[in-house]
Amino acid sequence: MTVLLDPTSEHAPTIRPRLPRPDKLDGLTIGILDIAKARGDVFLKRLGERLGERGIAYRHYAKPTNTRPAPLPLQQQIATEVNLVIEGLSD
Amino acid sequence: MSETPLDGLVAVVKRDCPTCELTAPVLGDLARRARLQVYTQDDPSFPETVSARIDDTALDISHRLKIEVVPTLIRLDHGREIDRTYGWDRKEWERVAGIAGLGPNLPDARPGCGAKNIEPGVIERLRIRFNETGLKSRRIEIGADEDDQEAMHERGWSDGLPLVPPTEERVLRMLDGTLRDPQEVIGLVPPILAPATVEKIAINAVMAGCKPEYLPTVLAAVEAVLDEKFAMHGVLATTMFVGPVVIVNGAVRRRIGMNAKGNALGQGNRANGAIGRALQLVIRNIGGGRPQEVDRATLGNPGKWTYCFAEDEEGSCWEPLSVEKGLQPGQSAVTVFAGFGLQGVVDQKSREPESLCRSFAESLKVLFNVKSAPSADALIVMSPEHERTFRNAGWSKARVYEELYKLCKIPGEDLVMGAKGIAEGTASPRAGTMVDKFRPGGLMIVRAGGGAGMFSGIIGGWSSSGPRGSTPVTKEVRN
Repeated sequence: MTVLLDPTSEHAPTIRPRLPRPDKLDGLTIGILDIAKARGDVFLKRLGERLGERGIAYRHYAKPTNTRPAPLPLQQQIATEVNLVIEGLSD
Repeated sequence: MSETPLDGLVAVVKRDCPTCELTAPVLGDLARRARLQVYTQDDPSFPETVSARIDDTALDISHRLKIEVVPTLIRLDHGREIDRTYGWDRKEWERVAGIAGLGPNLPDARPGCGAKNIEPGVIERLRIRFNETGLKSRRIEIGADEDDQEAMHERGWSDGLPLVPPTEERVLRMLDGTLRDPQEVIGLVPPILAPATVEKIAINAVMAGCKPEYLPTVLAAVEAVLDEKFAMHGVLATTMFVGPVVIVNGAVRRRIGMNAKGNALGQGNRANGAIGRALQLVIRNIGGGRPQEVDRATLGNPGKWTYCFAEDEEGSCWEPLSVEKGLQPGQSAVTVFAGFGLQGVVDQKSREPESLCRSFAESLKVLFNVKSAPSADALIVMSPEHERTFRNAGWSKARVYEELYKLCKIPGEDLVMGAKGIAEGTASPRAGTMVDKFRPGGLMIVRAGGGAGMFSGIIGGWSSSGPRGSTPVTKEVRN
């Protein structure tokens, strides 16, 4: 028998299920997150306009850079202010 | 397992020690005149002068008595050690034994020999058996009928190549390569932001094939990529080609036998290969960063197995990269750069620095895409024969940088979408302007390579080079 030492962090990351998709958007506030990829702002601005035309509340958010995870205060702000988030993932 | 003695004299010896052989008559004499227990490390029939020998070939007693040299003579009182001497020194032996006139025919003194219980490989096994390792990692038992390579692959520990099994013995020996506490946390490894302890890094260094003397360089490389400025999470997660490129400077290069000369960026040198691989295994195993998971690279690059080399400082007329980054000459350091594969610069005709700079500049300007500017950072690996041209002309490294930044400008009209019949490009009109290919500070030069060949290399960086994304980070290699 050989005994080896575990090279991993020995952490089991928590896997949280996604929230169920809402049946309709009426009465919900949507967050629109620009992750700072090229031209994402153009696409997301138009998306906001279209949501506004349908009378749906929305808020814009932006990450300072696409190269790092969103700062924790921004994650917390989004979580407390909106019901769901749309983000532009790539250019 | 033998009982630890409580009272009287204890001697620890081995037959494979001329000084122990020398003292055999003295031990016989002591056995007659005092209460003496003799523990034998290698041959239970030694010394024949003492009838009540105790077999300590398992070395348990030797380990518990912390024997370093044989022969060792100890006086115990109610289980407590009150005196000890080692080697043969008549006055010392007489003092410890409290008996005069020992070994009258022997020379006055002889040095002893190294004890078996502290031999490399043995001491680690004893520390494991006595649970003295302090290692915190989970132990994983591989069954006798299991293939350890397959077991490691199945657990997802491998980069795809065979690994050195990280046994406790090997990890303990690896940790001898540093003075740092095994539980010191070097940083948090993305993506899961798990703490990289010296111990966890040592385990991965074992698997990568490192020798213990490489560990300080591996630790410095891990520390460097975990610096916020390097943005390791993004370097890992990007769809682009990049991974950490490790450049080693200072005294440590020669101490551990790194290659800065022929085939410096290729295979064949254990330190170059294993250090770069260890860094990647740390990201994979401690951080959980795996291809097609958080590592979203479209193609990646072969350097993501390992990408580590030393700068040829001795052959260079320029200051080393680490000195450019603020460290002292000779100080051991690693610099990490988010880079990808190698683009060759072949110029066998230029004998003037101006011509050679233009050659480099034209090659640099096509990085990523001829229409990409400003573009990623770039690392130039200057070959000796190219460096010679600058040396002969008396050009400093600063002057080469200055010339390259000046030459690496592209007419704005060439960069817009559709120009040159290529859809790729920028939407904004730039006609009449000259656009810098590189941000200020975006170029780095190191010297490496064999003596023959007017061939240098360009290692392109990440599209997110600079403060917004990743900047090169230099860290001192500390023991």
